[in-house]
Amino acid sequence: MRELDGPIPLGNAPLGFRGTVLRIEPSQVVGALPAAELERRLIELGFIEGARVEILHEGLIRRDPIAVRVNEATVALRRGDAAGIIVSKTAAGRAATDE
Amino acid sequence: MSDVALPARIALVGNPNCGKTALFNALTGSRQKVANYPGVTVERKEAAAVTPAGLRVQLLDLPGTYSLRARSLDEEITRDIVLGRFAGEEAPQLLVCVADATNLRLALRFVLELKRVGRPIILALNMFDIARHRGLDIDLARLAGELGIPVVPSIAVRRGGTSDLLARIDAAITAQGGLPASANIWHEPSAAELRETQRTADRILAATVRAPHTADTLTRRIDRVVLHPVGGLVILLTLLFLMFQAVFTWAQVPMDLIKSGFDGLGGFINSALPVGWVRSFLADGVIAGVGSVIVFLPQILILFLFILILEDFGYMARAAFLMDRIMGGAGLHGRAFIPLLSSFACAIPGIMATRVIDNRRDRLATILVAPLMTCSARIPVYTLIISAFVPNRGVWGGFSLQGLVMFGLYAAGIAAALGVSWLLRQLLWRREPTHPFMLELPDYKRPVARNVALGLWQRVKMFLHRAGTTIFMMMVAIWFLCSVPQPPADATQPAIEYSLAAKIGHAMEPVLRPVGFNWQIDVALVPGMAAREVAVASLGTVYAVEDGDEHRDQLGHILSTQWTLATALSLLAWYVFAPQCASTLGVVKRETNSWGWMLFLFGYMLALAYGAAFATYHLALWFGAG
Repeated sequence: MRELDGPIPLGNAPLGFRGTVLRIEPSQVVGALPAAELERRLIELGFIEGARVEILHEGLIRRDPIAVRVNEATVALRRGDAAGIIVSKTAAGRAATDE
Repeated sequence: MSDVALPARIALVGNPNCGKTALFNALTGSRQKVANYPGVTVERKEAAAVTPAGLRVQLLDLPGTYSLRARSLDEEITRDIVLGRFAGEEAPQLLVCVADATNLRLALRFVLELKRVGRPIILALNMFDIARHRGLDIDLARLAGELGIPVVPSIAVRRGGTSDLLARIDAAITAQGGLPASANIWHEPSAAELRETQRTADRILAATVRAPHTADTLTRRIDRVVLHPVGGLVILLTLLFLMFQAVFTWAQVPMDLIKSGFDGLGGFINSALPVGWVRSFLADGVIAGVGSVIVFLPQILILFLFILILEDFGYMARAAFLMDRIMGGAGLHGRAFIPLLSSFACAIPGIMATRVIDNRRDRLATILVAPLMTCSARIPVYTLIISAFVPNRGVWGGFSLQGLVMFGLYAAGIAAALGVSWLLRQLLWRREPTHPFMLELPDYKRPVARNVALGLWQRVKMFLHRAGTTIFMMMVAIWFLCSVPQPPADATQPAIEYSLAAKIGHAMEPVLRPVGFNWQIDVALVPGMAAREVAVASLGTVYAVEDGDEHRDQLGHILSTQWTLATALSLLAWYVFAPQCASTLGVVKRETNSWGWMLFLFGYMLALAYGAAFATYHLALWFGAG
């Protein structure tokens, strides 16, 4: 898992990934919504810089969608849209996500 | 308080899943008026209540939302009413913002946004008992200070759990100066503003709430099983299968009771009144007709019981998660799952529930296939035919064969819905990129009997209202068609052969002969346009009148002697697809705001119904079921 230590899109992260949101880059997403609108929706679900995220579950087909713990709430979204959330892996793994 | 005569208008707002409706139920009990907003079909729930201080208030339950930015039609209602823009609806004088005390982060951002509207706000921290149980330490005084609004704990599901909130509402109304409104400075926030507000909310949260280092481990443990990529789907299918088995087995006793009750009533009328118009109207038209529809109430209740409990439990959002990709393959959005599941009860609430789908194309696709899901009005027809033609025996260790056939009919409806939406996507919207699927998965909660009961009661009222109005009037019309004109004195054939009904049935016969329908079925299909289940009642009337027998046998028994198996199967196939019930077509017209889409729906379903019935009939004949 070493290669995951750099910033990656949340949409590419594996099941069990724990990390922190670095920034929102909605322009990375190929979708029907304008980038500014997608950004606002992600923020309204709690994805802002510094938020703690953990991928709890994923679907059967193409491991999509994913259920993400965002601080104290759980949110379901598709990997394609989660590509706009740039995250970095939490440095010390399990222990660090508690705080 | 100067305007003492007018009750204060209070609106409940909050995020989805915050327990807002449970709180509304706790505040108002069963005195709710459920209607639609003018011109749209979003449910408007309002109730009058009296506070402990004896003040009259008018409470309005608004659709849940994360922000006033309104991305769906549902959320537009909330925005327009809160902002006082909704035509014909006065702006609320006081907002009660309901928040899940165990999940405050997004709620606090919403409160900060609501403050810009300039109305007085009370923040109710709902499910406060669960928060305390989990060891959350919330500094209420500090939170109120930081937000600049009153904050009260509330427990919607416990007696007395709303007393703090009611006391605070009293205090707000009776305060010097009443309910002051300041300038509305709300405007649609930009991404930067949203970010800034969320940062403020996070800062307030950090200063006022101390959380233990454990999340809701129960929810996590359940989700590990329920959201397992394969196991979760198996569980979902098992749940649906059990639901339909229950609809058949549990409902049997109450259905028999209702049936014998109506039979007894009909027998009483027949023995108490002299032979003639009045007796025929009461016994054959009213009692036999309405009775044959009411008898399905237990099944409809059981279906809704499952849906309401699963919704209260928090499972429905998980079902949408599990189904998103699978339905995505058919061109449907994950959020379409709940509307489509509701369509199993009735397509009308199902189509109305599509308002949570923000994208127009996803919503249209869902509306166009929702009527293919097997609504409860088809149950009477299916049950009647299945019980008459499918032997009631166990197969594969405990499952009833009748239940399995029923399951097959449901499966056919689902398959057709997926197939049609896939075709729509291929033919009409091929190049359009997909819209996001984003949904909060709430913590599991024990379903509350009171809320489930209230939800069931509202369904019962709706069903009985329909049985008492639309269905009743159709039954009278059918009875009239079947009894007029009277046969000549020297009649050699059954009375109904001379009636108007027979003329209509015979006129339709050439068209429907190739699918194996006789003219009695053709007669029953006409009123079936008003409400599908009326077809059963009309068959009852057609055959009861035809027999003229006071001790008429069960309708099912008559059918099994009068129809071939091929005809019965063909009618089942017809009913899976037929574009029936004028109310559904009306709702589709209103919701799509287009005659074109409504006619499209009617046309494609009619074609499917005819094709399926034709194929079924001829296959059955080929297998020797003629």
